[in-house]
Amino acid sequence: MRQMSYRKSRGRVQDPSLGMFEIENVIIRFAGDSGDGIQTTGALFSHDSAIVGHDISTLPDFPAEIRAPAGTLAGVSNFQLNFSSYDIHTPGDKPDVLVALNPAALKINLKEVRHGGVLILNHDAFDEQGLKKAGYTSDPRKDESLSGYQVYDLPITSLTVAAVKSSWLTRKQAALSKNMFTLGIIAWMYDRSIEDIIERVDRLFAKKKPELAEANKLALQAGYNYADTVEVFTARFRVSKAVLPPGNYRRISGNEATALGFLAASEMSGRSLFYASYPITPASDILHELSKLRHFGVKTFQAEDEIAAIGMAIGAAYGGALGLTGTSGPGVALKSEAIGLAVMTELPVVIANIQRAGPSTGMPTKTEQADLLQALHGRNGECPVPVIAPTTPSESFNLAIEAFRIAVKYMTPVFFLSDGYLANGSEPWRIPEPDELPEFEENYCTVPETFAPYARDEQTLARAWVVPGTPGLEHRIGGLEKEDITGHVSYDSENHERMVQLRAAKIQAIADDIPDLVVHGPQTGDLLVLGWGSTRGACRHAVEYAQANGLSVAGAHVRYLNPFPKNMGEVLNNFKYVLVPELNLGQLRMVLRAEFLVDAIGLNKVQGQPLSTMEIEEKIYEILGATLPSAAHG
Amino acid sequence: MARVIDIQADPDFNTAPAYERKDFTSDQTIRWCPGCGDYSILAQMQRTMPEICREMNLPRENVVFISGIGCSSRFPYYMNNYGFHTIHGRAPTIASGLRITRPDLQVWVITGDGDGLSIGGNHLMHCLRRNIDVKIVLFNNRIYGLTKGQYSPTSEMGKKTKSSPFGTVEKPINPLSIAIASKAGFVARAIDTDSGHLRKMLLRMARHRGSAFMEILQNCNVFNDGAFKDFTHKDVKSDRTVYLQHGEPIIFGKNNDKAISLRGGASGSLEPEVINVDESDRSEILIHDEAASGTAGSALAYLLAQLETPDFPVPLGVFRSIDKPLYGELLDDQIVQAKNQLGRGDFFKHLNSGDTWRVN
Repeated sequence: MRQMSYRKSRGRVQDPSLGMFEIENVIIRFAGDSGDGIQTTGALFSHDSAIVGHDISTLPDFPAEIRAPAGTLAGVSNFQLNFSSYDIHTPGDKPDVLVALNPAALKINLKEVRHGGVLILNHDAFDEQGLKKAGYTSDPRKDESLSGYQVYDLPITSLTVAAVKSSWLTRKQAALSKNMFTLGIIAWMYDRSIEDIIERVDRLFAKKKPELAEANKLALQAGYNYADTVEVFTARFRVSKAVLPPGNYRRISGNEATALGFLAASEMSGRSLFYASYPITPASDILHELSKLRHFGVKTFQAEDEIAAIGMAIGAAYGGALGLTGTSGPGVALKSEAIGLAVMTELPVVIANIQRAGPSTGMPTKTEQADLLQALHGRNGECPVPVIAPTTPSESFNLAIEAFRIAVKYMTPVFFLSDGYLANGSEPWRIPEPDELPEFEENYCTVPETFAPYARDEQTLARAWVVPGTPGLEHRIGGLEKEDITGHVSYDSENHERMVQLRAAKIQAIADDIPDLVVHGPQTGDLLVLGWGSTRGACRHAVEYAQANGLSVAGAHVRYLNPFPKNMGEVLNNFKYVLVPELNLGQLRMVLRAEFLVDAIGLNKVQGQPLSTMEIEEKIYEILGATLPSAAHG
Repeated sequence: MARVIDIQADPDFNTAPAYERKDFTSDQTIRWCPGCGDYSILAQMQRTMPEICREMNLPRENVVFISGIGCSSRFPYYMNNYGFHTIHGRAPTIASGLRITRPDLQVWVITGDGDGLSIGGNHLMHCLRRNIDVKIVLFNNRIYGLTKGQYSPTSEMGKKTKSSPFGTVEKPINPLSIAIASKAGFVARAIDTDSGHLRKMLLRMARHRGSAFMEILQNCNVFNDGAFKDFTHKDVKSDRTVYLQHGEPIIFGKNNDKAISLRGGASGSLEPEVINVDESDRSEILIHDEAASGTAGSALAYLLAQLETPDFPVPLGVFRSIDKPLYGELLDDQIVQAKNQLGRGDFFKHLNSGDTWRVN
């Protein structure tokens, strides 16, 4: 549907004299070397897109090496932006426009560009050496490789150098602004005010690096003027504002939203936030964000290792603060024993895992959802931990609050499972009003007259959170098995079984305290597409397109992975087929099959990249034996 | 929206009553082997606590014992304070997290040679160098007792144990060297059998502001009996140990006739030697300065930590005690300063700051 309406609208000439076309959405991918400022360019244009009122979704994609050898495939950095006049949920499958600042960027990305799409190439980089570094044996501009695309082969480096030579930079330094030159071109193509972007560059760079800001501004203006005056580009495009609910908006990434959510939990609970973490991609931004918040009383701690980080968080929780640690999969592996301690001592700690491609060091900057089973089961003993996962960057805000709500109310560690795609991706976020924040029911334990450390609240099964400094209630806790109620060390076999059951029952009881799984579309039918975490946008678009084509398909996205919502089994039984798209080899599917005896089908991808809408659509049609309308193919 | 309050005990409410030893004795049955050196250490802690609490006006509930894994780490169960028996090697991390968020608490870490120097060596080092106000007591019995007799990182080279039937082929680590190298503000050593001195050392630790480290040489009478007897046996102790006293010459021996000197050999190197007090110039005797600042201070403490039998007496007492800014206070200062500069954070103002736009 999106693809079709897109194509329809692309030809609708609004004002032929101006060559201005009205379209509904555009997917742009900026690509270049790691040192080319691609992420900055992408972020600037995304920001401008959001500010002018579009819905946006972004996908930054960069190598783990800080600087791989210049011009090589390994060093290519990408930033994809989807901006539109309607509600979008993904950065888009196939770029309509690719800006490639060197041959390597072209080579890596060309296969994903929509057929007929626009290629803006940096002519200056397509020399013999550049082509060789990218592994081209012949110049793609001169053979058939680029037939079927609109190619703009522009001397971007030399035009940039010529434009900024008025400032006192060397040629090499001047050339660094070529990303801004291309941004100027793109701004012109999509009818943006170059002044707004220049003003923002000024704000970002003028103080820290005035000469860089000056060069960037000159390059931006030059790129814009170039596109405006040189009659290379035959058309400009205008995307209408998206219809968004009224309110104050900001652009937010998943990691930013996560950090703000944890701050919100602290503000709502009146408990100070303590974040201990060891730097790790892609979680470090949470540490950076929270470290700025000293004026909120937030204490951040860069620990000596992952184990220390969770140990610190547990210590803080023991003392009554909101104990938080954040990491990625390898870090979780190291924290596992300590998470078990928090389960045994029943202390509220939140562990944020910003998943990345594994195993081992894997691909640190690439996304994956392969730590689900680790979160559910990756500890010794029967060691249940609630697991929740945001499904969009901005939703991380609410689920971060929810993680602490559950942790504190039920006296348990909680896993918050985000991933690199959510963490670095961004979208417009309507800033909540004070009365819109979710409830945070603080579990101020009522201490019974005869206090016992492991006496439980009848409803939640939580033990009381009695912190050191409380007179008369001195007691000891630890990782050894506890005698029920008294908390004394116990090796009694029946007591152990009772405690294992109690700890499991406590976590299971949380199912009564979380929302039901919501099914979008028919409540019964042929196929349910059931995803979790960051695949939501692609799942949702795919389901909507299939529904529009008359298929009996519904979608649901799981945020609560342990325990599952209470209606999960019922929902699964209402459909003939269940498709579970995941960025792993079938982890949620395995759990669903085990727990609900449902013959779920997997759609699994482990390429360090998000699932595309098209991939899910194809699978839907395959399962239902229907033919995918050809118009939907890009 | 609620303002964040620091969770601290009400200072008016939590004042220290006059405690006795029994106030620090929990109802738990002690499970150490009969004759274990740990009993003495526990007894001295329970006996010293009333004095610590009185002197520092500290209520019992504001004292927390945190331990790792090992025989020594059962300690918190037997103290009638708040206690946390954590996981192997990680007690300093949990103690740090607690102390940083709860400056009103006095936090002790009870650890052993395996827990503190093997699996948890990393945390020990970082806790000390950060100067987090945590008091770390390391029971060194040079053996793994809880797992029934494997060699530890402080076992002497060549030691035959269950896991080294042919003798170990690795050099032991010196706990004090690690503490001094990690720039701990307070470094001391005591032995389980000298209860009076041990109590003094515990009191000194409690008084110290900042990371404090003490090694207690502790006999494991089951798996490593007599590990220290070559210098702790009453017949030889006065000749083979020396009690360090701040500002005093380092003199030892049954008749106080021996001393440590740094008068140097021909090369003038920093080579300590034992000299006879009566046959030497008084000025040649090394004067102990636990508060010596700068490089010389830590170098001197390090040098003393290397002294071993049979060539030298084993020093006991406070090797080093210096005041440094506390991690927690520096962090709290940042918070105060940030609040002064920016005002106490307003959550919704914060959400709406920066690049925002309005959709109507």
